[in-house]
Amino acid sequence: MRSFTYERANSPAEAAAAAARKQGAKFIAGGTNLLDLMKLEIETPAHLIDVNRLGLDKIEPTADGGLRVGALVRNTDLAADERVRRDYGVLSRALLAGASGQLRNKATTAGNLLQRTRCPYFYDTNQPCNKRQPGSGCAAIGGVSRQHAVIGASEACIATHPSDMAVAMRALDATVETIQADGAARKIPIAEFHRLPGSTPEVETSLAPGELITAVTLPKPVGGKQIYRKVRDRASYAFALVSVAAIVQRDGSGRVALGGVAHKPWRVEAAEAELPRGAKAVTARLLADAKPTHENAFKLLLAERTLGAVLAEARG
Amino acid sequence: MKFETPATTNPIDQLKIIGKPADRIDGPFKTTGTAPYAYERHDNIANPACGYVVGSAIAKGRIASMDLTAAKTASGVLAIVTADNAGKLAKGNFNFATLLGGPEIEHYHQAIALVVAETFEQARAAAQLVRVDYVKADGAFDLAAVKDSGKPARITGGPADTAVGDFAGAFAAAPVQLDATYTTPDHAHAMMEPHASMAAWDGDKLIVWTSNQMIDWSVGDLAKTLGMPKDKVRLISPFIGGGFGGKLWVRADAMLAALGARAAGRPVKVALTRPMMFNNTVHRPATIQRIRIGATRDGKITAIGHEGWSGNLPGGKPEAAVQATRLLYAGANRMTATRLAVLDLPEGNAMRAPGEAPGMMALEIAIDEMAEKLGLDPIEFRILNDTQVDPEKPERAFSHRPLIACMGLGANRFDWSKRNPRPGQVRDGRSLVGIGMAAAFRNNPVMKSGARVRLDNRGVVVVETDMTDIGTGTYTIIAQTAAEMMGLPLDKIIVRLGDSAFPVSAGSGGQWGANSSTSGVYAACVKLREAVAQKLGFNSTEADFADGQVRSGNRSVPLAQAAGENGIVAEDVMEFGDLGKKYQQSTFGAHFVEVGVDAATAEIRVRRMLAVCAAGRILNPKSARSQVIGAMTMGAGAALMEELTVDKRAGFFVNHDLAGYEVPVHADIPHQDVIFLDETDPMSSPMKAKGVGELGICGVGAAIANAIYNATGVRVRDYPITLDKLLARLPEVA
Repeated sequence: MRSFTYERANSPAEAAAAAARKQGAKFIAGGTNLLDLMKLEIETPAHLIDVNRLGLDKIEPTADGGLRVGALVRNTDLAADERVRRDYGVLSRALLAGASGQLRNKATTAGNLLQRTRCPYFYDTNQPCNKRQPGSGCAAIGGVSRQHAVIGASEACIATHPSDMAVAMRALDATVETIQADGAARKIPIAEFHRLPGSTPEVETSLAPGELITAVTLPKPVGGKQIYRKVRDRASYAFALVSVAAIVQRDGSGRVALGGVAHKPWRVEAAEAELPRGAKAVTARLLADAKPTHENAFKLLLAERTLGAVLAEARG
Repeated sequence: MKFETPATTNPIDQLKIIGKPADRIDGPFKTTGTAPYAYERHDNIANPACGYVVGSAIAKGRIASMDLTAAKTASGVLAIVTADNAGKLAKGNFNFATLLGGPEIEHYHQAIALVVAETFEQARAAAQLVRVDYVKADGAFDLAAVKDSGKPARITGGPADTAVGDFAGAFAAAPVQLDATYTTPDHAHAMMEPHASMAAWDGDKLIVWTSNQMIDWSVGDLAKTLGMPKDKVRLISPFIGGGFGGKLWVRADAMLAALGARAAGRPVKVALTRPMMFNNTVHRPATIQRIRIGATRDGKITAIGHEGWSGNLPGGKPEAAVQATRLLYAGANRMTATRLAVLDLPEGNAMRAPGEAPGMMALEIAIDEMAEKLGLDPIEFRILNDTQVDPEKPERAFSHRPLIACMGLGANRFDWSKRNPRPGQVRDGRSLVGIGMAAAFRNNPVMKSGARVRLDNRGVVVVETDMTDIGTGTYTIIAQTAAEMMGLPLDKIIVRLGDSAFPVSAGSGGQWGANSSTSGVYAACVKLREAVAQKLGFNSTEADFADGQVRSGNRSVPLAQAAGENGIVAEDVMEFGDLGKKYQQSTFGAHFVEVGVDAATAEIRVRRMLAVCAAGRILNPKSARSQVIGAMTMGAGAALMEELTVDKRAGFFVNHDLAGYEVPVHADIPHQDVIFLDETDPMSSPMKAKGVGELGICGVGAAIANAIYNATGVRVRDYPITLDKLLARLPEVA
């Protein structure tokens, strides 16, 4: 870990301004990912801005009948919120499928969105990794890649985004609210928040330097059966091989997002038109351009079968 | 004391304290944080400097240059140890890889430097400033690719090749045959406490607080490595946060703490970080195993052959996967062969039940497959081929072999008769349900073990031995042994372990620890009883030690009084004769497992597990049960998820942390039962006990694999059995 300076911000605007002012500054909230990365010198911020006391820890109704989730609402609290459990079941279930009780107590809503990949090569500073060290190469391509992306990857990076929460938020069409360094507020649709790796896998979101997430808003409840199914080798405390967030309406229409398959939560709205024809048709469309490695090709069949089970559960 | 003839009745047989489920003596210390581990011995060293290990970034090659300039001037840095400045270092008897690499690099994360600083954070930060230029060399990292270059290699207790009768002829002639190949991956010990040591010099004497299973081996190896006389080195390791074989020897932490302390001129502590443990230390080597079985149509094995391939660094040992096949089943014509190839991966070495654990993972699937070919129930097939003698040397009987009883009792308790032998037939909700079983088998080695006992005038007995408690319950069973022998309650016994100043013991390994070390305590207590009796003028064979009194005839004297002002000290060593050669001593059991396999996703979840174990006298059923359920859990990990994944280009274990190397969590292990047969084995020791800590892992993996087959009809021969190996072969779901 490199030495760093530290300050505690008193307002979102002040935090954003401070981040833009200080070279190499980072926000810290729960610290469940950032501290580990700092110990390994994968992240080497020169300055930390503690945003824990900004008061962004409330869940409030919005004017259009949705919910505004403060950036600092802990994963545990969000999962347990009565309104979330009632109206956004897929989100509550996704949160509870992630990490462990201890981590969920610390991890925040914004931090969860910003967690970095779990690619083992990203974590080993002896290995090339374009995400960690742009231009150094990608050790996962041709290496150990069972956990990696099957779609939307690039020649520079085949990492996945590890969040469960974000997959549910993608299905719910959430919006990320931010404040920029100049104090201006911005709303980013979740679909545009995470980026595909392309030739710049180190750029993972559409946030500008210094831009601070203040909340995530959920639109008015859409009802339907809301299911989150996470498939993994062990029963708990493991990242998804594949996960499915689904909202299925009585008439068979619905929404589907996948986790564990790409650099971002994977949703193709056009594929949802196939829902009445079943899982095979949906996944054929959803994963049409998949380019798996020989180690993770099973994820295509797994996604199809998992979605099949989810749709059966929704029907039953 | 020499143990050369079968045990007869002795004070242990009273079973007033031995055999009772006494709570762990060290439990309250562990649960209140008052059991100090090696890295926390601030009771001895108030302010040690901290060392941080720099690991090699390449797997094979050499260091062209190392630039320490920036690291040396970093904040708080006191010293940097490298092969250049460490002086001459030898290699110990028990490690193959060099503990401090450079200029030659033998494996990934081999230690190449120790940075010593005032604080851990300073040492870590400075370590990341060490600049190294390497010249990479090509290495061999893929066992399957180099397997055929393997050379014959001796296994523990046996030759590279064994042959009885005419295996090839009998196999070719057998009407029912199986010829299948199985693989097991590299496994990590992944114990809770990382390797850690704190070292201090006092002139030419070295004292190291460490985490080590085998104190005497390691004193010897540390002295040899550093070029010192053995009597100048003291190791202290009273509490150990798990070892599983990974701490049988001196590793880089202990050696570098010693070198760091010398360089810095003050005590230094070193712990390996979690990401360093997997490639820096040792692991259970991967295996490729070919098993051939030939049988008559009515199920008698006529030919059984087991070949095992593994790889290791030059000079390393093979994984003795064929070991159990030499003894477990009858068959007139038999062969085993062990081949070892050179691999430039980190050092492979012992992990819980080396040999048998991966060997039984393969053999007990093969037996299940063979039973199916024969149309026999797997238990019936095993009973048909049971043997009460060493099948290679029929004149040599097993000391005691109740395998059939274990299987029978287990079948009864587990409702085996309700199992549908046709695979893929049972459905419960969204799960395909299957039941499987496997035999458990592990040899029962014994090791010479010493102890010293001191009786004081409060009637308290202090036991001292360099034996270790690696979380197994050693403190408790040793106290139970001394209490039973001396006629005292448990709270009058103080046990001190893990200090090389104490008599040399068996140590903790190979499941020999409990039986051997308590036998050493038994021997010392026999001497103490004689000394007490003599002092009181009693005939020692007639004196009765009970309730804190010594009685003979109608005279009774408090034990405390016999001690007098100066107390009485007795010391002895239990040495084992050739009963282990005359009789094959092994432990037996049967594992039963029910699994559910998700019909859609092929996720495999264990639903319930049972182990029935025959391991001689159970000294403490509570700690023995803990050993077995821990081993069953580890076996479930090996069956379903544990695998060090090899990057075959760069030559290292990629998933080198506990996020990547998955071990079972609570949710994976819903229900476990353990039953011990009520038995004794007088051939084993005066305790009539055997090892149990490794028996529990032997066979579990295969029982799970067999249950998965029963659930799905998909036979997987490559561990771990993960969902991707089943998925494409499961029926379509609607």
